[in-house]
Amino acid sequence: MSSIAVSQYSNYQSRVAHNRATSEPAWIRWTLIGITLAFLSVFLFIPLAAVFTEALRKGVETYFAALVEPDAVAAIKLTLLAAAIAVPLNLVFGVAAAWAIAKFEFKGKSILITLIDLPFAVSPVIAGLIYVLVFGLQGWFGAWLIENDYKVIFAVPGIVLATIFVTFPFVARELIPLMQAQGKEEEEAGLVLGASGWQILWRITLPNVKWGLLYGVILTNARAMGEFGAVSVVSGHIRGLTNTMPLHVEILYNEYNYAAAFAVASLLAFLALVTVALKSFIEWKIERDASNEEKLSEQ
Amino acid sequence: MFKFIVVLASLFFASSVFAETSILNVSYDVSREFYKDLNPAFVKYWKDKTGETITIKQSHGGSSKQARSVIDGLQADVITMNQSLDIDILHERGKLIPKDWQKRLASNSAPTASTTVFLVRKGNPKNIRDWNDLVRPGVGIILPNPKTSGNGRYSYLAAWGSVIKKGGSDADAKDYIHRFFKNVPILDAGGRGATTSFVQRGIGDVLLTFENEVSLIINELGGDQFEVVYPGISVLAENPISLVDKVADKRNSRKVSQAYLDFHYSDEAQAIAVKHSLRPRAEAAADKYKDKFKPLTLFTIDEVFGSWANAQKVHFADGGVFDQIYVK
Repeated sequence: MSSIAVSQYSNYQSRVAHNRATSEPAWIRWTLIGITLAFLSVFLFIPLAAVFTEALRKGVETYFAALVEPDAVAAIKLTLLAAAIAVPLNLVFGVAAAWAIAKFEFKGKSILITLIDLPFAVSPVIAGLIYVLVFGLQGWFGAWLIENDYKVIFAVPGIVLATIFVTFPFVARELIPLMQAQGKEEEEAGLVLGASGWQILWRITLPNVKWGLLYGVILTNARAMGEFGAVSVVSGHIRGLTNTMPLHVEILYNEYNYAAAFAVASLLAFLALVTVALKSFIEWKIERDASNEEKLSEQ
Repeated sequence: MFKFIVVLASLFFASSVFAETSILNVSYDVSREFYKDLNPAFVKYWKDKTGETITIKQSHGGSSKQARSVIDGLQADVITMNQSLDIDILHERGKLIPKDWQKRLASNSAPTASTTVFLVRKGNPKNIRDWNDLVRPGVGIILPNPKTSGNGRYSYLAAWGSVIKKGGSDADAKDYIHRFFKNVPILDAGGRGATTSFVQRGIGDVLLTFENEVSLIINELGGDQFEVVYPGISVLAENPISLVDKVADKRNSRKVSQAYLDFHYSDEAQAIAVKHSLRPRAEAAADKYKDKFKPLTLFTIDEVFGSWANAQKVHFADGGVFDQIYVK
């Protein structure tokens, strides 16, 4: 229902934009466009171009050599592994949290919302240190863990934990406003018609939020792959074992190995570009779905 | 879905499964290039000697941060640092090693050493020859922050010691160091940061850093733009190494770890050190490569400051001499 309202609003917007009488004079428009473009070039296009030029400065061969080098491959694998664990977990958690918050009233709801936002507010370095304090040798569980040969920090589990922490809010934050806007009438109708809890979730709730959910997953994935601060604290920087791609880039850069550093950085940038492309595609899908619905309701 | 979780879980814990035939060397920031050459040499030596194939994992970072990680549980079999302070702390904070660790290997457990030298721009436009020239008005000195960097600490102590060794008093040294830091435009957190400031951003007239770092700069970043200046006197910067007993015993790696440390003193390893402009400390090698290094009057930290712990307490602790002169 609300998505219809949204698309009606965007229609209204586009009508306004085409109305000469309500638009600014040409010079204001062009100045604004110019400022925006200049700003974008300085902060986005030029750095992005620099990454790819630096990466290819010593030729295509060096570029690919840097990417297939064993330590780089290990870093890429670890980054993908951390994302592959963090994203599904946060997906499940995000849906559960958003569902509880949007569809039910309970005590302490606002506290729960605040807690979900915590990883946004806390500096990633602090997030990493939290895990060192809890699982480090001097921490609460560290001595026991090491005694029993469970490696948490300075090993893959620590990196995954830190990644989960920093990507915690994305799915929930994306879904809560969407679910709240949709209301719970459809679920209630399902309930009255005799649907079970699972049926309601799979047939009503999830299909209604699918694009928003995907959008949240993409954001989670982008952050999971790019995270530096928290992961740096818990990594231990063991080459070929606990270095993720962003950490590997830093190491190469510090070794004066600029071409290789930028090669790996360009791969990260490329993954980010793919993410952004997917995101635009999904936005386009959402809009199309909305306008389809509108047409249906008009008929 | 369940299968997927099992696969992920096995990947998750895989890291601890193949750890048995490997040892972890936790080291400081700029030793990467050295260990890239030394480790394969030891792997081959060990294979020839025992038939076992081992792998040596490396971890590099700012030296104090690395020591902190080992205390917090990073499972290092051996630790290789550029000052004994960062190994002492393993005893003080974690009881991971015995107090007298430095007596266990030859030359204060330091198989290699370096010293603080000056790097100036081509042609030495400010005519910097020795310590006294650094405090002339208009000379910009670049060095990393002594509070956070071992490299910076050595530069600071070298400057201080240069006054003491010429017969100056502590007051003279303090006055010198005060004027010295008036000429320091910025303090980077680590050695590589200071190098970048000097080389890439073009700040300052002279960079104070380790001799081995200087040769790396000249090889990697353009030898035609810079010149090395050797001061008349400087500090002996020992690179101590130690077994981390508690970890090695737990992981059953004491034998190979000890062999790895001993290997640092072999002719082969000392030759690799020389290749990376580190001064060899094993007697035979020190003699053999005498011509490769400019003979300098080098004083040790113990000689001028009593001990590293003492130097740290007097100069770099909060409210110490460095804090007093740098805020003024």
